[in-house]
Amino acid sequence: MLSIKNLHVSIEGKDILKGINLDVKPGEVHAIMGPNGAGKSTLASVLAGRDLFNVTEGEVSFQGKDLLDMEPEDRAKEGIFLGFQYPIEIPGVSTVNFMKTAVNEHRKYKGLDPLSASDFLKLMREKKSLVEIDSKLTNRSVNEGFSGGEKKKNEIFQMAMLEPKLAVLDETDSGLDIDALRVVANGVNKLKTRDNATIVITHYQRLLDYIVPDVVHVLYDGRIVKTAGKELALELEEKGYDWIKEENGK
Amino acid sequence: MADINTINKDFADLFNQGNELLLEGSSDVMNKTRKNAFQDFAKLGVPTRANENYKYTNLIPAFDHPYNVNLRYQQVDVDLNEIFQCDVPELDTNMVLLTNGWYYGNNKELTELPKGVIVCGVQEAAEKYPEIFNAHYGKYAKTDDDGLVALNTALAKDGFFIYVPKGVVIEKPIQVVNLLRSDRDLMATQRNLIVVEENAQAKIIVCDHTLTHHKYLTNSVTEVNVARNAIFDLYTLQNQHLNSVILNSTYIRQESNSNVLSNTISLYGGTIRNNHHVILDEEHCENNTFGMYLMDRDQHVDNFTSIDHAKPNCLSNEHFKGVMDDQASGAFAGRIFVRRDAQQTQAYQSNNNLLLSNDAVINTKPQLVIDADDVKCSHGATVGQMDEDALFYLRARGIDEKEARQMLMFAFAHEIIDKIRVEPLKERIDELVDKRLRGEISKCNTCAIACNH
Repeated sequence: MLSIKNLHVSIEGKDILKGINLDVKPGEVHAIMGPNGAGKSTLASVLAGRDLFNVTEGEVSFQGKDLLDMEPEDRAKEGIFLGFQYPIEIPGVSTVNFMKTAVNEHRKYKGLDPLSASDFLKLMREKKSLVEIDSKLTNRSVNEGFSGGEKKKNEIFQMAMLEPKLAVLDETDSGLDIDALRVVANGVNKLKTRDNATIVITHYQRLLDYIVPDVVHVLYDGRIVKTAGKELALELEEKGYDWIKEENGK
Repeated sequence: MADINTINKDFADLFNQGNELLLEGSSDVMNKTRKNAFQDFAKLGVPTRANENYKYTNLIPAFDHPYNVNLRYQQVDVDLNEIFQCDVPELDTNMVLLTNGWYYGNNKELTELPKGVIVCGVQEAAEKYPEIFNAHYGKYAKTDDDGLVALNTALAKDGFFIYVPKGVVIEKPIQVVNLLRSDRDLMATQRNLIVVEENAQAKIIVCDHTLTHHKYLTNSVTEVNVARNAIFDLYTLQNQHLNSVILNSTYIRQESNSNVLSNTISLYGGTIRNNHHVILDEEHCENNTFGMYLMDRDQHVDNFTSIDHAKPNCLSNEHFKGVMDDQASGAFAGRIFVRRDAQQTQAYQSNNNLLLSNDAVINTKPQLVIDADDVKCSHGATVGQMDEDALFYLRARGIDEKEARQMLMFAFAHEIIDKIRVEPLKERIDELVDKRLRGEISKCNTCAIACNH
């Protein structure tokens, strides 16, 4: 589904990713862990199409298409979803209008007619209950005045609405209390199917108690330095990242 | 190009040669005020950029044009009521029309107005209701301060007059549609007076329209007095064309415990200058002064505002927002005066601008003059570009860049629209602004609010 080959990325001349290789197949959950500054969020942003970064080398294909060649909106419509580490507050844009526009753009891309107002509201209700998001949040402007937890729940709600093939969740657990963490994780698990895949980017193992990964990667200094099963996450939790740093000569 | 002296001299000639017509049909009070105003105009002239208050708006090109001037009411050869008909049932208003600054002679009678409410032309009001008229006319718009006001008062013949008696609440907004319709380039002078008595409530919507593509200059002055405990809303919608000049001066005086909201929305016009003056002349007033401007191409807008806290314990909120594209230029000046004894004043002001191109220009200037020591005042001005993070967030959900930009611009503007206290009007303006931002309103004749022609 997703194939990253030798990806090099820099920002303002500074190399952040230094040759990433990653393959994700339908139905899989991958966790990418690593210390601060390793390049985890950069990887997520590059996949979603943020143009602050320069891809200097390598290729990324998604379902056989060259992902790096696409605009962010087309990547989204092809089925990539980025759960933001810091979801943006957009005063004046209602969540309803935002989601309606997004859902209908996706439908148009697939050659479907826009949803009627009542069908859309029905869909909203359904997905809201699926991810246990409070109605009052969707009645407000996008993320405006939301707590950290509410913002993250809203990301999962949007994910539920858009039904992506590949969700990249960037530090979705940061700033969450245990209840919010559970809600977010439940949402992700409920949305999981045999056909979609998830990349969970996290600093801590905590989230992985709820979202069980098939593969765990450790990203360090712009490279994936270790790949193993879910037991790797536990090892990292226990021993921290220092041994990774030592193994990699720093 | 003519210089300012030639322009001023032309007005002197107009005043002298047209004197008989100017006096004809106007009341003695109007004519006496007229004479003094002309003397003030002779001293002040049309404001130039040498005048600090007009530093950012050059009026010489606006005035340097052979306009036709009607010093007498011109019969209209069509039924304007037929041309303008409401097509939006939710926006139910009491509508009256003005043509080229004059109260239209065939306005339908407003049968649904509560007893005692008067809606008519200024000339008629001066004649029929001298007690009300003379108590307020020329009392708030001072002619010795601004050449445009002096010129307006010197040439004033007609406009609209609205009177809301004590304790009367008008549920339905009164909609005044200013139509410019001429077969020649035209300068219109319009003088309006609104008197809202104690405990009364009224909402007025004023729309400016051009019905032909001629070059128009409108110099209008509106005086408003809002008495004790009254609640008054004034919505001004400026939607003319790129070859028009809108000079619009509003003077609002508030008495104790009154509550006033004004919202000036500038959508289209070549050159727009809004002078908005408020005096909180008694205690415990609340004033809300809002405005929005959406400018592109070579349009120019200048909102010059002053809020005078003359007495203690008043609250004022002022917020103007603008979206500027292409080579559009604009200015905002926000003066707040807190006089020496006006303790416990709360005065808040902000002006936010979104610049969409490298060539658009905005000059924003808050100015607080505070002579009291126990006050809460704030001001802030921002000039910025589109929020790239927000844009990416929308795009990352599959919304294409153009639509995402549209959503963000609309959201920016919506904050001001949201202050409108007439729900159907709010919806209507939302639609209109959405269209305007999409570039779908590109000519003057597009109906602005609820009218279809």
